Amino acid sequence: METPLTQYIKPGTPPPGIKEYERTGGYDGVQRALKEMKPAEITALVKSSGLTGRGGAGFPTGMKWSFVPEKTEVKGFKYLVTNADEMEPGTFKDRYLLEGNPHQLIAGMIIASYAIQAQKSYIFIRWAYKKAEIIIRKAIAEAYEAGYLGENILGTGYNLDLYIHSSAGRYICGEETALLNSLEGKRGIPRTKPPFPAVSGLFGRPTIVNNVETLCWIPHIVAKGSDWFRQLSLTGEGGTKLYGVSGRVKSPGLWELPMGTSLREIIYDHAGGMQDGYKLRGVIPGGASTDFMTENHLDTKMDFESVRSTGSRLGTGTMIILDDKTCPVAFIRNMIKFFADESCGWCTPCREGLPWAVKLLDSFEKGTAKEEDIGILEFLSRYMAPGNTFCAHAPGAVEPLQSGLRYFRKDFLRHIEEKHCPWK
Amino acid sequence: MIKVKIHINGTEYEVEPGKNLLHTCLALGFDIPYFCFHPALGSVGACRQCAVKKFSGTDDKTGKIVMSCMEPVSMGLIISTDDPEIKVFRAAVIESLMQNHPHDCPVCDEGGECHLQDMTVMTGHNYRRFAFRKRTHNNQDLGPYIHHEMNRCIQCYRCVRFYKEYAGGTDLNVFGSSDRVYFGRQKEGALESEFSGNLIEVCPTGVFTDKTLREHYTRKWDLTSSPSVCTQCSVGCNILVGERYGLVRRILSRYNGAVNGYFLCDRGRFGYEFINHPERTRKVMARVRDKEFPEEIPDEDRWSVILSAVKGKKLAGIGSPVASLESNFALEKLVGKENFYHGIPDKTFTLIKTAVQILKEGPAHSPSLKEIEKSDALLILGEDPMESAPMLALSIRQASRNRSFEIAAGSGVPIWNDAVVRELAQKIKSPVFIAASDKTRLDDLAEEIYNASADEIAGLGFEIASLIDEAAPKPKDSGKSPGGTAKKIADTLKNADNPVIITGLHYNNVKILYAAANISRALVRMGKKASLSIIFPECNSLGLGLMDGKPLEELIEPAGMRDVETLIILENDLYKRFDKERIDNLLNNCENVIVLDYLMNDTAKKAGILLPAGTFAESTGTIVSNEGRAQRYYRVLPANGQIMDSWRYISGIIDLTGKKNSSKWKYFDNLVASMTDAYPSLGRIREILPDSGFRIFNGKIARQTPRFSGRTAINADVSVSEPGPPEDEDSPLNFSMEGFKGVPPSSLVPWYWSSGWNSVQAMNKYMDEPAGTPAGGNPGVLLFDNKNGRMAEYYKTE
Repeated sequence: METPLTQYIKPGTPPPGIKEYERTGGYDGVQRALKEMKPAEITALVKSSGLTGRGGAGFPTGMKWSFVPEKTEVKGFKYLVTNADEMEPGTFKDRYLLEGNPHQLIAGMIIASYAIQAQKSYIFIRWAYKKAEIIIRKAIAEAYEAGYLGENILGTGYNLDLYIHSSAGRYICGEETALLNSLEGKRGIPRTKPPFPAVSGLFGRPTIVNNVETLCWIPHIVAKGSDWFRQLSLTGEGGTKLYGVSGRVKSPGLWELPMGTSLREIIYDHAGGMQDGYKLRGVIPGGASTDFMTENHLDTKMDFESVRSTGSRLGTGTMIILDDKTCPVAFIRNMIKFFADESCGWCTPCREGLPWAVKLLDSFEKGTAKEEDIGILEFLSRYMAPGNTFCAHAPGAVEPLQSGLRYFRKDFLRHIEEKHCPWK
Repeated sequence: MIKVKIHINGTEYEVEPGKNLLHTCLALGFDIPYFCFHPALGSVGACRQCAVKKFSGTDDKTGKIVMSCMEPVSMGLIISTDDPEIKVFRAAVIESLMQNHPHDCPVCDEGGECHLQDMTVMTGHNYRRFAFRKRTHNNQDLGPYIHHEMNRCIQCYRCVRFYKEYAGGTDLNVFGSSDRVYFGRQKEGALESEFSGNLIEVCPTGVFTDKTLREHYTRKWDLTSSPSVCTQCSVGCNILVGERYGLVRRILSRYNGAVNGYFLCDRGRFGYEFINHPERTRKVMARVRDKEFPEEIPDEDRWSVILSAVKGKKLAGIGSPVASLESNFALEKLVGKENFYHGIPDKTFTLIKTAVQILKEGPAHSPSLKEIEKSDALLILGEDPMESAPMLALSIRQASRNRSFEIAAGSGVPIWNDAVVRELAQKIKSPVFIAASDKTRLDDLAEEIYNASADEIAGLGFEIASLIDEAAPKPKDSGKSPGGTAKKIADTLKNADNPVIITGLHYNNVKILYAAANISRALVRMGKKASLSIIFPECNSLGLGLMDGKPLEELIEPAGMRDVETLIILENDLYKRFDKERIDNLLNNCENVIVLDYLMNDTAKKAGILLPAGTFAESTGTIVSNEGRAQRYYRVLPANGQIMDSWRYISGIIDLTGKKNSSKWKYFDNLVASMTDAYPSLGRIREILPDSGFRIFNGKIARQTPRFSGRTAINADVSVSEPGPPEDEDSPLNFSMEGFKGVPPSSLVPWYWSSGWNSVQAMNKYMDEPAGTPAGGNPGVLLFDNKNGRMAEYYKTE
């Protein structure tokens, strides 16, 4: 089984330096792209590969790049931004790539920047990933020294500067437009779309924001082609995916597996199944802002399309397991509390609705909830539906809530009837 | 303008494309709830209150919820404003806002004038399901004008958008996140922006309220209000003055789409307490022999005392640039043209006369504030607008955004999509050039700043003119301006579509005026649509400049003084304008000094007879703004005892002295008629400003709202007999609830209210569309817009 993204990452040992990375053929993609291909050709190649964004939304990457206009009314730079602000609860896949093989990301960024004709690129990294930041700074310096960054890269006349910027904090800055605001030094609240960042992004200029895992694919696709990429997966979506599992399993961790690997295989073969004495009750498949899946869904192929048909989302592909000895209400409350605290405060439904949901869930835990409170929680889930809010934060936040109310309704009712948490 | 057809609730409408849907619906008369949208601030889509349903076609039965403020109006748009799902959603938004909102209504200043109250009623939310503790905040002391009560905040973000983005303020901001968001200063302290008072009207709840009103609070519906004009500077912003129990309570903005729009500066909004001041002159006072100050005399004696001072005496009158046209004219009529002195230093008067000449001759247009906002290149030559005409400075700030609107339009982004426009354009601005002798608070806008002496600034101006049109004379020290500044400015103005020159009397230098005139004339000669705005020192400087008057310096000379027996001084503290010694001399040498004023200032203290003149709140009068716009203020306090309009006192004196007068001036309109006969340049005032005979459906216009309370109780402690309401013979307004309560012509609007809209948002019901033209056109009449088109000469540089 091929594991292109992680094959040279050995936990516990330093990441490959530039020489070692070059020896693995890492910068071959950069050579080919800058010397032999035109920018539009690269975008076409990525489009044909079918690569979709690994940040959680699953939007076709090549299509996104194609939205960047060739010419702009006002002269200025175009930008490529790597979203390394991995703060989705339960998600730790980008960290593995950032700490493990920084040059892979840098090579991807160089090719992507060239494809959209950006002259400046940024890595927007989560503040807490200090270890990765230090590693990446070193790698950037190595890349400049070797002539892969700066002026006249590889003698092709292409100029690119790459900076790493560590975030001032807050989950919402992982949302691409809030990220751009934060990067500009402004308040980290999202922007309205349209216009999309490809048209008006960083400093009002055409910008592409891509996830770490997405960009790590670019050197491989350019070096080995889109057919190779497609045949890596078990379904039609192409490539591999970094799947993660956390919760009461025997071996929580991270694995690079073909896209479309079944949920059962991930949990029971790779993560070793549930710990002794624990049963699986639910799975949050892609970070906290996705709907529950249950044991009925264990044979789902974990790609974007298949998961969507179960009513959930693949998201980041890092799963959180709900076991039978954990109170589902507390599980959900924990997540909603996070989202409520992380609301930016710009739009009404999210700002007020999420804290109200937390207070209601607390009352369930305390045993003071009433039957109509379930109705209010359901109302809040509908209230914070997509389109009703300014961005996707609250709609994401209510995904575990509204699916939890459906699958675990009996447990909610027990809290009301028994006037305390049955798990305590 | 090609209109498009859209469908709202099944009915077809033809509307202008390109506006946002909320704006269009409001203009059509639909009552859509909203908070964060403001006609002057555009849309950001934050509050989610303005939701409507949009349908993709006639087959689409479910539709999609969209925010109307962010939806561009386009051909074929199908929407519903009353879909059941929308109603539930809108009520849910209010329910959210009520979660943490304190139950303050009975004790909240905003009550009765509160946009949140209105929207709550409009959406129908009424039952609180939220059963938990509300979040609370600490308040800050933001200074003497604005009261801060953060618990009431519904996070519409209007305050910071206005304060920072519209008005350029730097010390009010938003802090925190989630439901702990806080609007305030980094450290407690007085707000620094000159426009902070607009927070009161922009805030839809009672977070920012008028601290001066709190000193003597009353509910909005209990106020008697009048349309008025601010007298603090020459811009002439339109205001509403509210009073109760004989005390002026507060000033609100009155919409004039050409002048101040929705806003006011703090000087105008909060500078009214002198009307209520204990040192107001309220009674006729006379100086009894040897006493230091004048004292009250018995009521029945006043006219005889006055008569003895004027009958058969040689009179001289000193006018004022803050008194109304009518008062100045009346005084001139009383003492005769050869004895009327304009009351300001002659140098200043000459400057005013020169400025008037320049504006009259043109050919450059004298722009309104709204027109200044549309300029794409501005030169401020020898002025500091933030000091001398703050609202004009605010318009300059809006004008600097025009380049960003062009850039946005190039990307298909409409102006109202505010955040997107700002992001696209970043720091790009329309060019503003400032030539001043020191820092100004508009410097942050300037592409280039030239700091030099007044003469050097004039030199720069002459040079710019000569670079635009080589026929314009060069200054003596041509080319002295550093680094090609003059050339840069000249080129920019030459290439602009809508260049505006702003100058004024701030530096008391006539060459600056000549230079500014030359620049504007050069631009017009080169075929440009140029405008020239001249800032005058006081609210009626221009008005005074349209009349004749002799320099006071003549009177102050011993030769002049000999002739005068009785001096009548109109609303003018001469000690503020001339040397103490010379005024002492003048006042000591006149047999009788009659002073008409409202405050016990230094001149009033020297009066032999002090007549209590009415302030703008106690008087009817016309003043002319720096644009050349004649506007009228109407009294809000009914005639009370001895306080009278200055012109009414003077008219009384004319009657007393038995002077021949072609028309009796018992009525204000008669005085205006005489005035416009004597000064034909003021003739348009009679054409356009409504006189006291104006009626709507046979009714005068009510100064009191239908909810006014205490009408009979007010005087019950004095007498239980119910007196008739006071008459107002000077205007088409009533001092009662009787009369027309709908939408009157804009110059006569006494208060804003519409069914379901008790807050200042009701303003939008008084115009054809939000930020549009009010009913009857914008208030005021322009005196200089009939230019003969003749090309004026250039002024010499020396």
